[in-house]
Amino acid sequence: MSILHYWRALWGIVWRECWRFITQRERFISALVRPLVWLFIFAAGFRSALGLAISPPYETYILYEVYIVPGLCGMIQLFNGMQSSLSMVYDREMGSMRILLTCPLPRWFLLLAKLLAGTAVSVLQVYVFLAIAWFYDIRPPLMGYAWVLPALMLSGMMLGALGLLLSSLIKQLENFAGVMNFVIFPMFFMSTALYPLWKIKESSALLYRMADINPFSQAVELIRFALYGQAHYHAFVYTFTAFIVFMALAILGYNPSKGMMTRKGGAG
Amino acid sequence: MKKCVSVRGLSVITLLITCSAQAETVFVTLEKDNALAVVDPVEGELIKTVEVGKRPRGIAISPDFKVLYIAVSDENTVKMLDTESLTIIGELPSADDPETFALNPKGDKLYVSNEDDSMVSVLDIAKKQAVKQIKVGVEPEGIAVSPDGKWAISATETTNMLHWIDASTHEIVENTLVDARPRAVTFTADSAFAWATSEMAGTLQVLDAKTKQIIKRINFEIPGVSKDKIQPVGVVIDKAMQRAYVALGPANRVAVINVKTYAVEKYLLVGQRVWNLAFSPDQKRLYTTNGVSNDISIIDLDSQTVTKSVGVGNYPWGVAVKP
Repeated sequence: MSILHYWRALWGIVWRECWRFITQRERFISALVRPLVWLFIFAAGFRSALGLAISPPYETYILYEVYIVPGLCGMIQLFNGMQSSLSMVYDREMGSMRILLTCPLPRWFLLLAKLLAGTAVSVLQVYVFLAIAWFYDIRPPLMGYAWVLPALMLSGMMLGALGLLLSSLIKQLENFAGVMNFVIFPMFFMSTALYPLWKIKESSALLYRMADINPFSQAVELIRFALYGQAHYHAFVYTFTAFIVFMALAILGYNPSKGMMTRKGGAG
Repeated sequence: MKKCVSVRGLSVITLLITCSAQAETVFVTLEKDNALAVVDPVEGELIKTVEVGKRPRGIAISPDFKVLYIAVSDENTVKMLDTESLTIIGELPSADDPETFALNPKGDKLYVSNEDDSMVSVLDIAKKQAVKQIKVGVEPEGIAVSPDGKWAISATETTNMLHWIDASTHEIVENTLVDARPRAVTFTADSAFAWATSEMAGTLQVLDAKTKQIIKRINFEIPGVSKDKIQPVGVVIDKAMQRAYVALGPANRVAVINVKTYAVEKYLLVGQRVWNLAFSPDQKRLYTTNGVSNDISIIDLDSQTVTKSVGVGNYPWGVAVKP
């Protein structure tokens, strides 16, 4: 196998995912509507809720809608990661996953390509969302738009790897509702996406600890700091480590001899 | 000097220009700490705190930026502080409980509001004595001298009046009834108009200096903030007479007003109970004192954004800037 074969496969998978996203107008709009509803409606009700304290990376008082934007970027990526995993389950039921996995390239590479494709789509969604937020007067420093790209790539890969891992555990499409209830909602609400850690600490020390160890919180903080031109090393290391762990488990999960599918008596 | 370091790569000249343009010092009176905070706004850091006496409030800087005048309310005096050595170099007899005062453009006279006595004291700085005491309405608070030196206006909180004092005779020549609890007053750079805030009414009034009458009343509405929290206090107008800035007290906002159209263009979120305002000497930045959150906020006037808030001490009250 030459590098050209790898490139063709990677390009094919990424392009298929991007093309699918662009042509599915409903998916494109719904991916944007979700965070915009949170921004325009939910955040409006809590406008002045955070005007009482300053916490990094912010250097002055901010409105709630400013605070919530990095969390909504994370939400876009979280839902995208889960949606990618949903489409993997669908692909598996339809048989196209079987075709992909029979491709004479290493399984880890195919899964990584699939992950990159999903992340590319989520980054695209986030930038469109940030552009709309700019018109809503939420304007991080210009350099922040460049700094946030690597942060979004890493957080997208981490959340996508989590989605891959979950898709390796789910046998049928119907089981995906469980993912919503047991993964997406707890991860999103028990994080720093909607409220800062110090605010969570005020109500419950346990919730504070859980939010702190939540990889989604770390991904959101990585995005938040990058968007304001600052590096958050702890969040970076945490998110990167989570990505490696989720990816390793997903590769294991998709291994036909050792993976979850074998144990569950089904195959892709 | 973070900003200076970031431009180092561009050129040494740019660096020097940037640094020299931003090398200014902000002085803030701390009512509860009995002290003066000295802040470097470029670094966004409190440099030091200097004891100045009991309950310092009003503050002004001499036209040559060498002397700070500080109303030390509970010591019934206005202290003079050297801006280089930060030591007290003299005192002016202000009468009881001085809170706010205004320096005339020449820098040789101070007009002090004596709240308890319902008086305005005119102090000769060189002689260090009061040359006149003018009886005004009840609870005089805001005071301003026009840039052409012709007028001094004293705003009395309980009488709800602006008293127009002829600066050459030190006599009141006109009184204008304004909205409830006038707090602060300022002039446009051409001395043609006076702008006065009314704390309880939540309004700002623009007065023609010729007719001494109100020509415009401006109201404020902030989404999500109840009307009773909008209490306008400090007001400043830029030298180019393009924009005015009004501190809205417990609304925690500074209103940006177009001086030509009187339209409120924007509300900037700052710290809690924003009270007084001061421009940087180059008018590129605006500094606000936030009494309850114990900090000052720095507003970049080119981008019209709040860039930083810096903790300074308990109850920051007045602010003055030295280049």
